[in-house]
Amino acid sequence: MTNRLDLPEITWHRVSPRYIVVDVVGGLVFALIVVGAGAAVAYFTGLTWLWIVVAAVALVFVIALALTPRRVRSIGYQLRDDDVLFRRGILYQRFVAVPYGRMQLVDINRGPLDRALGLSELKFVTAAAATGVVIPGLAEADAEELRDRLVALAESRRAGL
Amino acid sequence: MTSFTDGEWHRLHPLTPLLRGGIAFVAILGFFLYNLRDILIEEFFGARSGESEPLVWLYESEYFVLALIAIAVGLAVVIVGYYLAWKMNTFRITDEVVEVRSGIVFRRNRKGRLDRIQGINIGRPLLARLLGAARLEVNVAGQDANIKLDYLSSAAADELRGEILILASGSRIAAAAAQAPAPGGPVSLLDQRVAELLAPELDPNLAPPESVVQMHTGRLIGSLLLSGFSVFVLALIGGIIWGVAATGSYLFLIGVLPALIGTGSFYITRFTRSLRYSIAGTPDGVRIGFGLLSTSNETLPPGRVHSVQVTQPLLWRPSGWWEIKVNRASTSSAKGAAGQANTTILPVGNVDDVRKVLALVLPGLTDDASVELLTRGMLSKGGDDGFVNSPRRSRVWLWFSWRRNGFALLPGAVVLRQGAIWRQLTIVPQARMQSVALQQGPLFRALRLASVKVHTVAGPIVPSLGGIDADEATRFFREVADAAIASSTADTSHRWRSSENAPPLPVMPDAAPPVSAPPVGAPPAPSQNPDGVGA
Repeated sequence: MTNRLDLPEITWHRVSPRYIVVDVVGGLVFALIVVGAGAAVAYFTGLTWLWIVVAAVALVFVIALALTPRRVRSIGYQLRDDDVLFRRGILYQRFVAVPYGRMQLVDINRGPLDRALGLSELKFVTAAAATGVVIPGLAEADAEELRDRLVALAESRRAGL
Repeated sequence: MTSFTDGEWHRLHPLTPLLRGGIAFVAILGFFLYNLRDILIEEFFGARSGESEPLVWLYESEYFVLALIAIAVGLAVVIVGYYLAWKMNTFRITDEVVEVRSGIVFRRNRKGRLDRIQGINIGRPLLARLLGAARLEVNVAGQDANIKLDYLSSAAADELRGEILILASGSRIAAAAAQAPAPGGPVSLLDQRVAELLAPELDPNLAPPESVVQMHTGRLIGSLLLSGFSVFVLALIGGIIWGVAATGSYLFLIGVLPALIGTGSFYITRFTRSLRYSIAGTPDGVRIGFGLLSTSNETLPPGRVHSVQVTQPLLWRPSGWWEIKVNRASTSSAKGAAGQANTTILPVGNVDDVRKVLALVLPGLTDDASVELLTRGMLSKGGDDGFVNSPRRSRVWLWFSWRRNGFALLPGAVVLRQGAIWRQLTIVPQARMQSVALQQGPLFRALRLASVKVHTVAGPIVPSLGGIDADEATRFFREVADAAIASSTADTSHRWRSSENAPPLPVMPDAAPPVSAPPVGAPPAPSQNPDGVGA
């Protein structure tokens, strides 16, 4: 596992463990819909191979759900002096660095489950669609404080496009 | 002639209605007159032709007078409508914004901030060119964020572009002093038209000749013939021959004929549109112009190029031709040369042309070391050539290109090189980068490889590089993230003249007819001609 990418000098802020619940429930609902629909089709058509496909898909979902806690733990961010660093993923790792001056806006999204657990999701938007930095599972107050801080930082480092 | 940048509202060229939609109207009128000819012939000569013409039928029916009135009313409505549309369509340019108001019933107001201007395009379709009018489009960052001023008088458009660029540049010099030679006495309208038509596409006063890259006609034809489209056409022709030989029937040919005609017109359009292509450096940005009959030219102010890609299709390799594309923050409605997207700034050119164009769009990379590195980036087969290339173990993934697949960090820019068969070199100015990413999936992890991505505004170029040694990729990520901050803090190119504080300008921004410029720091003079456009 030494091949894994790492930035050892960074101490990452992790997201709230409560986000695991949000992610698991969301994944479970999706899995149930997909597997349920597949199973229904398989039941009415009576095709054996379709049952095998459904079982395989269900297995993939189970593994993905089992890995959720690790995946959530892999999400991290760090506000440095002039940019924000973000990481996520275990199988597919991704690190992104966004300078504050490049942020065009900061979104806070809260789904129904997020709200029930007092969590928020922070999304950074730059002029590049590919940036794709979303920090889920922040405590509400933290998210708002973080947003205000980021907006202030972005304002003080405003650069041209 | 008055200056448009006085902050007052101005109107467009009086011929605007005709140029915008009136052509269709004239065509319909022509159709009626043509049909009317039959009636007139009958009236005067008693002869009859075209029995079934609807107009003839109408003429003979009792509704004729009614129809005439309807047509007259319709005509009046259209003419009044166009007149009002022209009357209500006004624009103004202040120190901060370009603003356009339009619409009769639904009013529409659009403002663009001058410091967000990404490019200014002047188009002259053939008819507008004959009438001495031009279409000016100011592109602001964003999708569909264009402010169109169509049409202006040709000279006014050139002048206005220069003035907008001066305002956008953050220059403290209000406007350039008038220095273009005044026309000797009153010139007849016709002479003026002819002079404008015959003038070279690129004004020689505008750019130093050594910065100009011209399109070579032979190369243009060659590049068209050696395109992917030609391969397709050849395959099509091959298929037809095979079809005819196999079936012995020539019926195929009938179906294929329109396609062949279409192909021919495609080549001709591309050819005429790319003729007289030139790209040149002016003090206010890179100017790209082209077109034989309908001309178009676009000015990209400094610091508006978000990434540059030099590519070489396989077929162009024997002749050593390259193509250059850029990413920009705006989308222009105007097409580029050869009808391609206007992100293609050099449709075809040899290595020298590429070097010149790169020097224009990336003025920070003109030192010898950078130029040499970029040339190696295009031509080198790889190895130890200043690029950090993929390790040998990546050949599982990059069969042919692993030797060439690599990156280099230049002062102010990130250079990514890819492809051994389809060679490409991507350059991203660090001051324009939005963010940088480092990624690794399971396959790359097994090989201790990683990919890096540089995020820029959306466009034809997606700068990314896979199969780099994981440690090198991490180093790239760290260094580029730091460099991006340093460059964007130091970068002032979006206000490229703000450091200037003393006249005179080295070259006029657009050597145009005299500008009645207010003195430095003086309030804008009131408009002498409220209707704005002196035709």
